Amino acid sequence: MGKKPELLPGTLDLMILKTLSRGSMHGYGMAASIKRVSGDVLTVEEGSLYPALQRLLLQGWVKAAWKLTETKRRARYYTLTREGRKQLGEEISQYESMIAAIGRVLQDV
Amino acid sequence: MLLRVLRKLQLLIWRGRFQRELGEEMAFHREQVEAEFRAGGMSPEQARRLARRQFGNDLQLQEQTQDVVAFRLEGMLQDLRFAVRQLRKNPAFAGTAVLVLALGMAASVAIFAFVDAALLQPLPYHNPSRLVVAYETTTSCRDCSFSYPDYLDFKKTNTSFSSFEAWDASVYLWRGPEGVQAVRSAHVSGGFFRSLGVTAMLGRGFTDSDDMPAAPRTVVLTFGTWQSRFGGRPDILGQSLILDNLPYSVIGVLPREFHFAMRAAEFFTTIHDLNHCQQSRGCQVLEGFGRLRDGVSLDAAMAEMKTIAARLEKEYPESNKGRSARLVPLRDAIVGDIRPTLLVLSSGAGLLLLIAYVNVASLLLVRAESRKRETVLRGVLGASLGRLIRQFVTEGVLLVTVAAAFAIPAASAAIPWLFSLIPERRLRGMPYFRDAGLHPHVLLFAAVISLLAVVVFSVTPVLRLSLSSLRADLAEGGRGSAGTLWKRFGSNLVAAELAIAMVLLASAGLLGKSLYRMFHVDLNFNPANLATLEVDVQGAGYEKSDQLRMLSQRLLEHISAMPGVVSVAHTSDLPITCNCSSTEFRVLGHPWYGEHDKVLQRQTSANYFKALQARLIAGRFYTEADDSSKPRVAVVNRALAKLYFPGEDPVGRTIGDAELSPKSLAQVIGVVDDVREGDLVEPLVPALYYSFNQETEGTLFLVVRTEQDTALMRPSLVRAIHQVDPNLGVRNEFVMADRINDSPAAFLNRSSAWLVGGFAASALLLGAIGLYGVVAYSVSQRTREIGVRMALGAQRGAVYRLILGQAGSVAAVGIVVGLGCAVPAAALLRGLLFGVQSWDAPTLIGVALALGICALVASYLPARRAASVDPVEALRAE
Repeated sequence: MGKKPELLPGTLDLMILKTLSRGSMHGYGMAASIKRVSGDVLTVEEGSLYPALQRLLLQGWVKAAWKLTETKRRARYYTLTREGRKQLGEEISQYESMIAAIGRVLQDV
Repeated sequence: MLLRVLRKLQLLIWRGRFQRELGEEMAFHREQVEAEFRAGGMSPEQARRLARRQFGNDLQLQEQTQDVVAFRLEGMLQDLRFAVRQLRKNPAFAGTAVLVLALGMAASVAIFAFVDAALLQPLPYHNPSRLVVAYETTTSCRDCSFSYPDYLDFKKTNTSFSSFEAWDASVYLWRGPEGVQAVRSAHVSGGFFRSLGVTAMLGRGFTDSDDMPAAPRTVVLTFGTWQSRFGGRPDILGQSLILDNLPYSVIGVLPREFHFAMRAAEFFTTIHDLNHCQQSRGCQVLEGFGRLRDGVSLDAAMAEMKTIAARLEKEYPESNKGRSARLVPLRDAIVGDIRPTLLVLSSGAGLLLLIAYVNVASLLLVRAESRKRETVLRGVLGASLGRLIRQFVTEGVLLVTVAAAFAIPAASAAIPWLFSLIPERRLRGMPYFRDAGLHPHVLLFAAVISLLAVVVFSVTPVLRLSLSSLRADLAEGGRGSAGTLWKRFGSNLVAAELAIAMVLLASAGLLGKSLYRMFHVDLNFNPANLATLEVDVQGAGYEKSDQLRMLSQRLLEHISAMPGVVSVAHTSDLPITCNCSSTEFRVLGHPWYGEHDKVLQRQTSANYFKALQARLIAGRFYTEADDSSKPRVAVVNRALAKLYFPGEDPVGRTIGDAELSPKSLAQVIGVVDDVREGDLVEPLVPALYYSFNQETEGTLFLVVRTEQDTALMRPSLVRAIHQVDPNLGVRNEFVMADRINDSPAAFLNRSSAWLVGGFAASALLLGAIGLYGVVAYSVSQRTREIGVRMALGAQRGAVYRLILGQAGSVAAVGIVVGLGCAVPAAALLRGLLFGVQSWDAPTLIGVALALGICALVASYLPARRAASVDPVEALRAE
């Protein structure tokens, strides 16, 4: 059994915020979406997802509401708030400068 | 930030809903994953199983999520509830640990309250650290008084002090509503209170102008005197008090917190008018102190004082030859005597606390061992190491908190009790102890030792956790042989306990022996049923020698006629007081090279030696017949005879003062055994006794031998003296036996002996409990091993040897290490020990034996249990 590829540390919040920027979604939806969009490369562990969501809720970057799914099941939907959108912008720029920096280091070698 | 806290609070309040919602959310997630797997072609069974596996431990996940939102507090409360349950489940452990800890903490806190009162609490003066006491020093007297002219010269010429003041102790005969009473007082210079930085609570303190001979006579009262002698009446200012037959008007009352440890005076008056002696440079009667100028160090000031003293020495050689000066910080001058005792007591209390820590720590280790399974289980079920540690810390905090909850009230009850052990007479010199209590410093100290305890008690089980792997523990399943770690670590702890107990026991033993020695020094008189009182004749109109002799005769006649009185006499200084009041003396006919031989001088009534029951060695005692009309006679003590008349009979020889002036010549008529004049620990020195009728002076100390309980006689003795003359002051009423018991050396030694003895007994008990615990635990863990041994033919004796041998080696290590530490530790005691060395072999051996026997008993009980193991039962139990 091969090791599952893991998220870069510290990027889980970024993934969630980015995913939610496309519209409100429930937990499973987010996990499935990240997996799908990354071409099955990235897996979000449930063990990290729910604590992270609570953290984001506390920061006020997302809000949650119970809604019915298309299959008429109750599910908690998370939506990005205005601060969340701002935070997403910051995290993206931080991420990009980080990647650029790593890139430079790697090229140098 | 605030928003986050509010959200957290909200979640805390609706915790149930939060958990329900989280649960529902996760269930939904899992269903979706399951559906996904089914869509991928799995059987429903398989899909459910896989989904669950992928999801992992539901509960753990929930806990993690909850951790994000929960307050730390919430987790702590959980831990706390668990800790309380744990302790209640094991009341014997909890009770022992709490009791041991509370004992150690209470003792330390109570002792520290006294250390705080003596050494840390600021003296009740302004900026007290800048105050220094000045002494004149000579080769024979290190801390001596100043003469008034010297004081003035120091005051005028120094540049180191912003003020330099003087005082001397005095006693006034105060004519109060209950007749004439002698009251402890002090003469002080005008700047005394200003220099201390003390302002009166009522009225005012002295100024320089109050200290002029022409100024009206004024008096300042302490708060206590105002309350007790004048009922705290508000119109006290301006009242006139009759002191020594002269009117003094009250100008001020000192604040409640004021005390002056060097003289427990009730009345303060100014030096005012000088008597004849005070005007001369050769009359050293004043004590000096000063306030250092800002930026002037003690050393610099001392150097200047020495320079001034040297100049005075040159200028006035006849009076100041060999006189220099010395400065001591005021605090040191005040607490100098008590500091070594406090040091010893705090070390004792500290060691007891250490033993308590070690004892509880080893109990915790035992428990950690037996809770191995629980710990392992929790670890396997997903508790992180941090979570486990937090649990131990919480238990430590709980244990210490409960112990502190017992210890603080116990200490607060112990403080007044300890205080009551200080005799009133000694307390006068240590007024700062009246403030001993649970002050901020003391509470801080309690907090620090509690914190330390928490650290020790949390680290101990954690140490155990980190040193052993969970997996090995699980495999062992909490059974089997006693953990080697525990055996090593636990028995080391017990050895340490025994070593500390050894140090305490040795100290207590030495102090006890020293006390015994002190109370068994040769007094050379009989102290039983002996009352002593001082009759103060000042201001009662006895200026002439004839009048004094008449008074002496009337007092002796009147008192000896009282029922219950066996004999009565008087002297100029009581025995067991001090080797003071000396005179220069010279033997007629002995070669003389200008040396100044000083011996004690006492003037006594004729029957003094008979009343004391002192032994005559040669010649005769003086009698009533040796009066002023007869040639002067003297009795010398054995020490004088030995030192100045070696191989010679002193009886019949003539002695006199240094100049052998005709008036001073007297014939030695007898030798008396060395009546102990000084404190118990002071050496016996040469002394000279003159007949009061020939050498009349106005200091009368009565010694009264009674038939029965002397203390009961005191009031009637005072009445009898007032019947002779109501104007006589009576003070220093004591029973000789109390005087011996409460003598400074005896007091310091006894209080340390009792307290250190108490600590040592507690330490011995704790050490024995510790050893018992270790051996008992080891036996309980080795039941199977012992069973196997016995099944294979080991005799009971062999089992005893096995267990006792193990315990014995631990005890031996403890005792040997303890002996090694006891000798240097006892060096700390040296200042307190009398007639016994810090390496006193009989004490050390005796103490080691006592500890060894206790250790043997403590390990015998579990050894017997081991020897009575039934091999069949032991093996079947597996």
